[in-house]
Amino acid sequence: MQLINSKSINESANSPATKKASQSFKKIAPALAAASCSLLGITDAIAQEDNGEWKFDVATLIYAESDSRVIAAEPVFNATKTYTDGEVLNVKLVFDTLTGASPNGATPSNTAQTFTRPSGNGQYIVDPNESPLDDTFKDTRGALSGTWTAPIDRDWEYTVGAYGSKEYDYLSLGLNGGLKRYFNQKNTALNFGLAFSADTIEPEGGNPLGLARMATPGTASFDADYDASRADSSDNKTIIDAIFGVTQVINTKTIMQFNYGLSLSDGYLNDPFKVLSVIDSSLGPNYGGNYQDGGNNVYLYESRPDSRMKHTLFWQTKYALDNGDVIDGSYRFMLDDWGITSHTLDFRYRWQLGDSYLEPHLRYYMQSEADFYKRYLTSDEYTANSIKEASSDERLSDMSAYTIGLKYGYKLSKTKEFNVRAEYYMQSHSGDNGFGQLASQDLYPDSNAIIFQVGYSF
Amino acid sequence: MKFKYIARSTSCLAIALALSACSNIGIKPWERDTLSRPEMQLIHDAVEAGLDDHIYFSKEASSGGRSFGGGGCGCN
Repeated sequence: MQLINSKSINESANSPATKKASQSFKKIAPALAAASCSLLGITDAIAQEDNGEWKFDVATLIYAESDSRVIAAEPVFNATKTYTDGEVLNVKLVFDTLTGASPNGATPSNTAQTFTRPSGNGQYIVDPNESPLDDTFKDTRGALSGTWTAPIDRDWEYTVGAYGSKEYDYLSLGLNGGLKRYFNQKNTALNFGLAFSADTIEPEGGNPLGLARMATPGTASFDADYDASRADSSDNKTIIDAIFGVTQVINTKTIMQFNYGLSLSDGYLNDPFKVLSVIDSSLGPNYGGNYQDGGNNVYLYESRPDSRMKHTLFWQTKYALDNGDVIDGSYRFMLDDWGITSHTLDFRYRWQLGDSYLEPHLRYYMQSEADFYKRYLTSDEYTANSIKEASSDERLSDMSAYTIGLKYGYKLSKTKEFNVRAEYYMQSHSGDNGFGQLASQDLYPDSNAIIFQVGYSF
Repeated sequence: MKFKYIARSTSCLAIALALSACSNIGIKPWERDTLSRPEMQLIHDAVEAGLDDHIYFSKEASSGGRSFGGGGCGCN
């Protein structure tokens, strides 16, 4: 199976250092692409049509949250071969490693809190008045995807693709396909895409039962309580996505796109690592403190609905200025049957400076909370057993977020580009501020993250 | 039955009208030099777009829009 295109590989580089780096990339890149193709089962017949050009992108992203929370490193390898007949093969490999601490969903308290680790092995203690963070957040993920796009005739085009990703406790396998029809001298294109994904979640210790009580470390009945809080060792979810889109050329400098997306998720949609605090709502000295039963704080595993339907509207416009600069703006509206609505505005300005460019980026996001979002449960709700669905996951709360960033790119030649970007992401949440003792705690701390990426295309 | 027929006819009419409206805007094939520049593609940097989608999918309740929202990660 020959995947190497001599023309794209033997192009001269600008400097000896670049040349050396470029050559070593070029030795590795086709081998990686070939390995990826065979993993994806892309046939030799396709690969042997060696009449196109390869393009490779390598990049590494670092995502680091403040206060020693999550740090992620994510290298990406992307290979695209464009054939002279118009077919395009794309293969992408992504790895990511996550370490750090993540909020476990419980509320801060004026006393120290002890939590069982999600696996059931051991415990962690959170100091008084500190946000409860689970510091064992650690994972490595590998993802491989491939797509094949080809024209059917002058007006029609199809895409087929496959996807697989694996992390320690999670497996996702997906298939997707799409059809595109051009009209009006290719000024208008209608797209239809469909994707299916089957995911399996298998957390160490099993999946917790929704609203089951977390077993208290150190108690005589710990093992029995832990087992009673667990359902099956693994569970599944399926996701079906459909997209209908129109792309329209407006004039020689403007292109616009509208998409409507429908997404249906079914199955186990909980986050098995999230809990809720139960807060004492009976009038007395512990009003607003952690509710205790049997002398221990009560924490419950979250429970979400087992299905979700999302509708998304997306609009994007790109406009080229006479001086070569490019304005890129987009807006997304999302609505789902969990009661969440969201708005996303994204704006980029590409400032062309000869062979290089600077691209400032602004993004604003806001969402309303899910119907079942609760920062905590009251002891009245807990003892009356009146709540069937609840999650304190901050990602389901009222939220607003801003991203501000800058990218710099430098063209080494027609096909080679080096780029680097740095962005700052700020997220703030709001909601019910509690009562009694709880009212003095910060239930919605802001979170900030730095995004840094270096990339090279050749 | 009647409702389905009306809905279908209305949809066909809407699509036809939209396409005929679109046919009045647009450019000739030889006027595409600006729009064919790599930075004028709707997704100019697919790697960056993919990385961003993954970050925001992990940190917010929304995903997709531009393309499939999907899953593929235990991070949300």
